[in-house]
Amino acid sequence: MKIGPEEVARIAALARLEIDPAKVGQFAEQFNDILDYMDKLSEVDTEGVEPMYGPVEHATVLRCDRTARDCSRDEVLSNAPENDGRFFIVPRIV
Amino acid sequence: MSRICDKSLSGLRGLLAAGEVKAAEAVEACLERIRATEPTVRALISVQAEQAMDRARALDAAGYDPDMPLWGVPVVLKDVLATKGVATTCASKILENFVPFYDATAVARLKRAGAIILAKANMDEFAMGSSTENSAFFPTTNPWDPERVPGGSSGGSGASVSAGQCFAALGTDTGGSIRLPASFCGVVGLKPTYGRVSRYGLVAYGSSLDQIGPMTRGVEDAARVLQVIAGHDPRDSTSVDRPVPDYLEALGRSDLKGLTIGLPEEYWGRGVSAEVAESCREAVALAEELGAATVPVRLRLTDFAVAAYYIIALAEASSNLARFDGVRYGRRDRDSADLLDMYVKSRTQGFGEEVKRRIVIGTYVLSAGYYDAYYRKAAQVRRLLRRDLDAAFEGCDLIAGPVCPTTAFRLGHKVDDPLAMYLMDIFTISANLAGLPGLSLPVGLGTESGLPVGLQLMGPAFGEDLLLSAARVLEEAIAPLPAPSGLA
Repeated sequence: MKIGPEEVARIAALARLEIDPAKVGQFAEQFNDILDYMDKLSEVDTEGVEPMYGPVEHATVLRCDRTARDCSRDEVLSNAPENDGRFFIVPRIV
Repeated sequence: MSRICDKSLSGLRGLLAAGEVKAAEAVEACLERIRATEPTVRALISVQAEQAMDRARALDAAGYDPDMPLWGVPVVLKDVLATKGVATTCASKILENFVPFYDATAVARLKRAGAIILAKANMDEFAMGSSTENSAFFPTTNPWDPERVPGGSSGGSGASVSAGQCFAALGTDTGGSIRLPASFCGVVGLKPTYGRVSRYGLVAYGSSLDQIGPMTRGVEDAARVLQVIAGHDPRDSTSVDRPVPDYLEALGRSDLKGLTIGLPEEYWGRGVSAEVAESCREAVALAEELGAATVPVRLRLTDFAVAAYYIIALAEASSNLARFDGVRYGRRDRDSADLLDMYVKSRTQGFGEEVKRRIVIGTYVLSAGYYDAYYRKAAQVRRLLRRDLDAAFEGCDLIAGPVCPTTAFRLGHKVDDPLAMYLMDIFTISANLAGLPGLSLPVGLGTESGLPVGLQLMGPAFGEDLLLSAARVLEEAIAPLPAPSGLA
């Protein structure tokens, strides 16, 4: 097995996730199956091939730097789990 | 009343235009069909009955408007499309109570065209899955057999259209998520060229792969919906500024003379079930009778496409889903002591198992030391695959093959084997990696299972007009499917 349960937990932490300790073994097995399958790609010769990151390349479109009022502050805050009418509120940081 | 629901979108339009059916009657008929079928099919996460009736009455009061191409037509939206004032959940607990204050561009365009939003359709959570079993709320069943899956991830959209609950649905397709459920449910599904339809307001899964497209009971219906949603949008920099052809006019063709259809060896060989191969081969033989020439083509990288696809899709997913952190919207854990703890708990409680699996794998393939071996390598294979397809299209106009190696499988059959589930996408993902359009056309019922089989037609970039016109000719030559057998 390439990746053990501890490594899975470490990567999950990078993604701000926790894997249920009871399931981390099964998760690691599935993870390894999928990675083994992905390793097939090493059989393809890609020497000198420019990567293709999307079908529409050079999609950096410029627009005029004009402001527009697309939405109100109330709208932007309307789905916030916690807000004070002006800002998003999060647990104390400092 | 239920007779209305057996019409196609195009058929309903005629009745609405002639004043023989009112918009309110169309909505009532759909709501009645929903009440009758939903206990079994469970295609819908929410039904906007009141808003839909209000909108229908307003349209009726204003009178039929020939400038609104979908005037009075009830439609269903996959619940991944932002809909103003309507919960948009992505079938996830983390967005259970999310109510957007804006419409996705495709949704806004439907509304401007006179369509009536009826309901939000079930899906695999964040569009991650091929069976709709990954919905955090409930699985949807296939209208042809309640013990089978409808396919995914747009399974609610496909099942809803198949069950006659609406006249069209929007789905989204990242690796086959429109075409697979269209195939399993016996409806038409079109994934447009990447950039043809704006993704603004589509909750992103794999941003370089996602496209919105129509699911309908006929090819002409799909053309009508695509006509409305296609086109450039300044809010999506990957939407392409290029004229939208008249798709209805393109349907004028009466045969397939002069068309060359490429048949990739890799799509017709091992792994394809006998009944799927049989139905698809019959359809191709019919295309030949209608004047098409067929040629063999090679897509040598097909076996590698699934691996390249999942690396790219999962990498993009891990970035895209980083935004769900319990700060600006979505579920938040209230008991966390500090910010980091709040992120971790909110995400861990809010996301389902498959979503977590994909985020973790995506994080891994992007992490230091593995980026070149996985993500960059996959992007290089993607370029080669696009070149293979471009080369194939030099010798043919369209490419045909099965949508999926099998017909709809049983619920629970593949849930514990994510890799087996990923392999359901083998024939559909190339179109996403290359950004090309693909259409699933029902071509009959499998001789063994009695379930619908879909033929996939792939076209060159922005070749939707050609795809639709060829599909329409085939559709008219093939005996229409009976009513779904699971809805007695």
